[in-house]
Amino acid sequence: MLRYIAQRLAQAAVIVAIVATITFALIHLAPGDPFSAVMDNPNVSETVRQTLRAQYGLDRPLPEQFVRYVGLLAHGELGWSFSHERPVREVLGTALPNTLLLMGVALVGSFVFGILIALFQVSRRGSVTDHVLSGLSLFFFSMPDFWLAILALLTFTYWLPIFPVGGAFDPVMHEYWGLGGRIVDRLYHLALPALTLMLLASAVVARYQRAALLDVLPADYIRTARLKGLTEPEILRRHALRNALLPIITLVGLSFPALLTGAFFVEKIFSWPGMGYAVVLAIGTRDYPLVVGGVIIGSIMVTLGSLLSDVLYALADPRLRSR
Amino acid sequence: MPWQTQDFAAASGPTPQRESPLALGVRNILRKPSSRVALFVLGVIVLVGLLAPLIAPYNPAAQPDIVGLKDLPPSLAHPFGTDPYSRDVLSRVIYGARLSLMIGILATIVSLTLGVAYGAIAGYAGGILDAVMMRVLDAFLSIPRLLLLIGVLVAWPRLSIGALVVFLGLTGWFGLSRIVRGQVLALKHAEFVTAAQALGASRRRILWRHLLPNIVSPIVVAATLGVAHVIVLEAGLSYLGIGVPQPLASWGNIIQDGSDQVATLWWMSLFPGLFMVLTVMTLNILAESLSDAYERRR
Repeated sequence: MLRYIAQRLAQAAVIVAIVATITFALIHLAPGDPFSAVMDNPNVSETVRQTLRAQYGLDRPLPEQFVRYVGLLAHGELGWSFSHERPVREVLGTALPNTLLLMGVALVGSFVFGILIALFQVSRRGSVTDHVLSGLSLFFFSMPDFWLAILALLTFTYWLPIFPVGGAFDPVMHEYWGLGGRIVDRLYHLALPALTLMLLASAVVARYQRAALLDVLPADYIRTARLKGLTEPEILRRHALRNALLPIITLVGLSFPALLTGAFFVEKIFSWPGMGYAVVLAIGTRDYPLVVGGVIIGSIMVTLGSLLSDVLYALADPRLRSR
Repeated sequence: MPWQTQDFAAASGPTPQRESPLALGVRNILRKPSSRVALFVLGVIVLVGLLAPLIAPYNPAAQPDIVGLKDLPPSLAHPFGTDPYSRDVLSRVIYGARLSLMIGILATIVSLTLGVAYGAIAGYAGGILDAVMMRVLDAFLSIPRLLLLIGVLVAWPRLSIGALVVFLGLTGWFGLSRIVRGQVLALKHAEFVTAAQALGASRRRILWRHLLPNIVSPIVVAATLGVAHVIVLEAGLSYLGIGVPQPLASWGNIIQDGSDQVATLWWMSLFPGLFMVLTVMTLNILAESLSDAYERRR
């Protein structure tokens, strides 16, 4: 077991190293300087350009630059954000907790909701309700993240103004509330973006879990349970669901890239001050170091997510646990 | 036909004539009502895209009156309204279908080629080469595709459509090549491969004539899903302003044009989005129906 975890950790380290190489290649294959927003600006004097180049070591040979880049990365240095005039590490550091909160709530919510939907569908398999729900989950599954977010924004902030338009808290009143009021305010602002992301993810979970449950149902032990006289809901809950839950752990890891991508659009559309919002704004200002920083952190999150789900899988599966 | 050799031993009496995977898939699509409808809807959208110049009521790039005709809500003259540059949104959505579908199909062809080649080589070669190739693939798979594309497209501003297609294709083959590798690995020691080896077939011939024809089914499914995925990605990138450049119309950049005033210009996000969801949904239904057909055959 420990050996397996160590093995997976080493694999994750290799992956992160390759990701670093890819991003380095990305920066240096691009035409011109990675900082063309600054470099092409006619108001920036030649001296400043030279200084910047020297500062970033852009005048050094490539292999040397690579070693330097990896060294800086290993220390958590991601460069300087031109638009924020702060280190990228700081910009993303303040944004990351917000993204993690949004993704965390959506992740937990979507798995609970998705599994419940799947159970409900399978208990009425073949019925009209089952077909309608399948159609609905396919509909949400096919929906581009940003479009659903726009529709949610339109519907629940303009047409039916139930939720705030954006941000993580009320910019004026937040200061004057006590702790309780602030928490309520935060939750109120979190609700719509989190629900949107949750809805997108639960469509995937429901489809996947329904298929997993239907795969399990023809098994011998289900027939045994039925012969024992257990009721259908009991069979589903105690026998089918328990066995169909294992693949769900894998799905947690697999859902990470999609959830992260979804969070990018949801954050942009609801002005949620997370990593995605920062990176999307950086696209507009051509703040390249910040964009690359986002790519690296996002990839590390995905790698950690799949590492975590693999380890959880090994822990949950008795056949793997004993190894 | 290579796929007949598989159940040579299982068949009692004369070997039954097997359909090609494509024919089998098409037959399954036509049998189910839901996928029949999906095929019809997708056909209409493709036709709209193909015949865009004939159907579109206006020139999608023309800005007839930037003051008087801008931001008009849907009306008889402009069923989908007009955008802040006074362009007709219906015409842009129609031309958007053309461009979005074209990008989806071309990028998928690129990633299909790369994915099949990479996966087949890794699976067939095995050993250290396979291990290295798979670790590299793991790394690529852990960079979310949208993030990778953002990183690339921000570095190369003002890309042509051709380059956009290439980048979308270059970032779309990782999952497929893993499927192909798994299939090749599973079939590598099948009896019909051993037989071909015994007959003195070269490695290339075994790979192309014996192994690949047997894994056409998962590739077709992956390609169908791939087109849907590229359409969504391209729309997302165009929505972020780094995809299809103006004044060309794609579903994503029409939504982008209206994104500053989502509430007042609701028609600019609603209509292109509906087309997009319909296209992606029909592709997903077709892919599901195809993979059902292939699973049942197993």
